[in-house]
Amino acid sequence: MTIEREPDGNAMNAEALLEARGIRKSFGALKVLKGVDLTLARGEVVALIGPSGSGKSTLIRCLNMMEIPTAGTIHFHGKTIGREFRDAGDCTGIGTLRRHVGMVFQHFNLFPHKTVLENVTEGPIVVCGTPRAEAVAHALDLLSQVGLSQKRDAYPNHLSGGQKQRVAIARAMAMRPEVLLLDEVTSALDPELVGEVLAVIRRLVDDGITMAIVTHEMAFAADVADRVLFLDEGTIVAEGPPDETIRNPSNERLKAFVSRFNH
Amino acid sequence: MYKWNFDVLWQYWDLFLYGLWLTVVYTAGSIAFGVVIGLITCGARLSGWKSLSFIARLYQEIFRCTPLLVQLLWFYYAFPLLVGVSIDNRVAAMLTLSLYVGAFYAEIFRGGILSIDRGQREAAAAIGMSPMQSMTRIVMPQALKRMLPSFINQSVIQFKNTSLVSVISVADLAYMAAVVNGQTYRPLESYTVMALLYIAVLFPLTQIADLIERRLRVSD
Repeated sequence: MTIEREPDGNAMNAEALLEARGIRKSFGALKVLKGVDLTLARGEVVALIGPSGSGKSTLIRCLNMMEIPTAGTIHFHGKTIGREFRDAGDCTGIGTLRRHVGMVFQHFNLFPHKTVLENVTEGPIVVCGTPRAEAVAHALDLLSQVGLSQKRDAYPNHLSGGQKQRVAIARAMAMRPEVLLLDEVTSALDPELVGEVLAVIRRLVDDGITMAIVTHEMAFAADVADRVLFLDEGTIVAEGPPDETIRNPSNERLKAFVSRFNH
Repeated sequence: MYKWNFDVLWQYWDLFLYGLWLTVVYTAGSIAFGVVIGLITCGARLSGWKSLSFIARLYQEIFRCTPLLVQLLWFYYAFPLLVGVSIDNRVAAMLTLSLYVGAFYAEIFRGGILSIDRGQREAAAAIGMSPMQSMTRIVMPQALKRMLPSFINQSVIQFKNTSLVSVISVADLAYMAAVVNGQTYRPLESYTVMALLYIAVLFPLTQIADLIERRLRVSD
């Protein structure tokens, strides 16, 4: 099976690689997202910041349909994402979306019954049908990029948190994603391990990978993001480049939020 | 003091052997059918389809909460009256044993699958796996490892539970021990031999199970 890397996008939306329109999401009576729009252009890095419970994680999880929005639509290359796993009619399937949009989780979620190398090759081999030799070669390259070549045969439970997260990033990159979604990837790490993971992400930013990042690392967000979205109580309250948001916020709520990180 | 005499039992070795053979057959058969029944029941319970889940639950509770002895008697004597066809005692025995162990297996399977962190399914989904791929490649291998001790345990109990089929005249090891006792008037020896034969089969099996478990633990 070969994977179409460049599906025909709508010419009108050539800029927008991944787009969320009017996203609402409720869990029972709890309204987590109250109508949010988000556009990711190719090569763009967007940071989502906001207090706990603001809906930023839910929003990023809607972008690869890990959460199915209560209302609103997700578009990839201008095509609407359907509710089915496979492509159906004009709609791109959820499975297709996820093959092109990678995700890294707060709690790593590595496969504990597989070695580091197997974790990274699993997607390409099983989902994309990549020949094993090719998948292994790519995985070893990725593992060396995240500095973990020597751990290829180790099991995840024998790794530190920082190492686990770097493997998780390699696993996501093994799918050669067009977009990478990072959901609080340093929040579960011991403080001294945060740096090594941020260094890996910074290299991906330098490589021009399109990214959405949910993070509490304000300095890092200000440093790597092209655009910052501030969410509060399920809506986007402020949006703009880091200079107008994190560094010099004008919005009162954003100002209060950011000031908590400056000390 | 009681004087043990095993010598008189030797001439009945073929009865013990045949009984042991039937015990093994009923255990292996009911475990095989039980796994199938357990998987179907577990699937029904986890299907999210309420009526299906309810029926599966009802079956489980009936078979888990009534004595196996009663189930055997019921299937052999009462069930044929209700449906109007007589059932061979061997069929009734195999059917009851399978339904009994299947109800327990279903719970072991369900517990194993539910014990796997939701993040595992999400990680599988995030690299584009279908729900089926996620289940067979990510969830099941981990769940199997966790299920193994309970599964072995239940199967060991099942091996011993088959002794109850003797009440509906299936000539298993317990039945044969009773026959030998009737012939020799040596109950202590007859039932001691029966117990030793159970140990002879089960002890090596539990040791092998331990070994497998240790092998599976390499990734921990």
